Amino acid sequence: MSFGSILLMMFSAILVENFIFAKFYGCCPFLGVSEHPDTALGMGMAVTFVMTVSGGVTWAVYEFLLVPAKLEYLKTVAFILVIAALVQFIEMFLRRFIPTLYQALGIYLPLITTNCAVLSAALLTVQNGYSFIEAICFGLASALGFTLAITVFAGVRSRMAHANPPEAFKGFPLTLIAAGLLAMAFSCFSGIQF
Amino acid sequence: MMEVLLPILIFAALGVLFGIVLAIASRIFAVKTDERIPQVQELLPGANCGGCGFTGCAALAEAIVRGEATPNACNSCSAENMKAIGAIMGIEVADKVPMQAQVRCSGKCGVAKLQYHYEGARSCIAADRMGGGDKLCAWGCIGLGTCVEVCKFDALHIVDGVAVVDHTKCSGCGACVNICPKNLIELLPVESEYYVACRSKEKGALTRKQCDAGCIGCGICAKLCPEGAITVTDFVAYIDQSKCKKCGICAEKCPRKIIRHENEVYDDLINAQKKA
Repeated sequence: MSFGSILLMMFSAILVENFIFAKFYGCCPFLGVSEHPDTALGMGMAVTFVMTVSGGVTWAVYEFLLVPAKLEYLKTVAFILVIAALVQFIEMFLRRFIPTLYQALGIYLPLITTNCAVLSAALLTVQNGYSFIEAICFGLASALGFTLAITVFAGVRSRMAHANPPEAFKGFPLTLIAAGLLAMAFSCFSGIQF
Repeated sequence: MMEVLLPILIFAALGVLFGIVLAIASRIFAVKTDERIPQVQELLPGANCGGCGFTGCAALAEAIVRGEATPNACNSCSAENMKAIGAIMGIEVADKVPMQAQVRCSGKCGVAKLQYHYEGARSCIAADRMGGGDKLCAWGCIGLGTCVEVCKFDALHIVDGVAVVDHTKCSGCGACVNICPKNLIELLPVESEYYVACRSKEKGALTRKQCDAGCIGCGICAKLCPEGAITVTDFVAYIDQSKCKKCGICAEKCPRKIIRHENEVYDDLINAQKKA
């Protein structure tokens, strides 16, 4: 794959195939951690970090362990194991050597361990038969799409916090409606053909 | 046979490998944290109200251990816990009077006159920027409940357009005092009972025009108080709680009925909640 096609793949992963609005992965943190733009951005950064690293590591595990042993059908289990261990390892590493980054990401890292968005990025990489470089780029781009979605939504929610909606719509119902409208806006991108 | 055994063996090996790597990593990457931090945090209330100015109890515990905050920085902390924190830090902690919040306004709906009809964002801070809110009185409670939102103890409620403190629930953390754009909420000692529920510094005639329940600075309470605990400055009475003996003469004689007893305020709140 050439440099140009990697860029196209990343663009498509960020906007057209957006993890939240087009594929509906990672809805839990999307709704749970999107009350303030600051925390949403922190969550997005943590996801970006983990997804990029795990994209490369799970690719290596698949190519060098599962394929030779003919255990491709166990990739889901293997990826969960690898990602969980990896996130724990990264957390310890950051805490020791980059405390400032640990404080920014720290509380979000354990949450991501079992996040389906991270797992699905690894599985999609395998499904699409990406190379190592592509796997890392795909992980990075998918996570950037996630970050974009959650940060934009947090902005919407912080404005909604001061609105005065009818009693029945207060809180979660209105949040879901806003998420639906935002997803609809993002669906415009799906018309773009490469 | 091998088809079943091989995956089991490989995954068991993977699991053991990751376990060993993580165990070693936790030794290598171990961070020495001050053991006093969790001890201090244990003694804090754990409500994460933010009244101390830090993001939560964990942040305050860290600040106390680092010496950036005093052991009695938390208003909600009980006296014995404060002493215990002082003991951990090896500092003598001065006795702190437990406090509770009171909202110094009685300008309920219909009592306080309005200058316009407000339909903007449901936040006192936003309304305050629109000419100081919808009430004519520039000092009074806006009543949109920004203090209710920050209260972690369910101790504040809006009754008839004015915030009311439930003194049985208030822990005196001070989060509401910090957020109120009108600076209306004051921390008083828990044992105090009477307080002046108005803060308007306008002259009496103007206060009368703006609100049916405003202090006009007549000074009757100051004259009648046997302890000399009440002073009138800038046309508004103020009770010095350290001198007040809780005789209640001021509340009885106040022509505007704005010197209130905390129980009377509490009854109002309970009645309003029953109605709702």
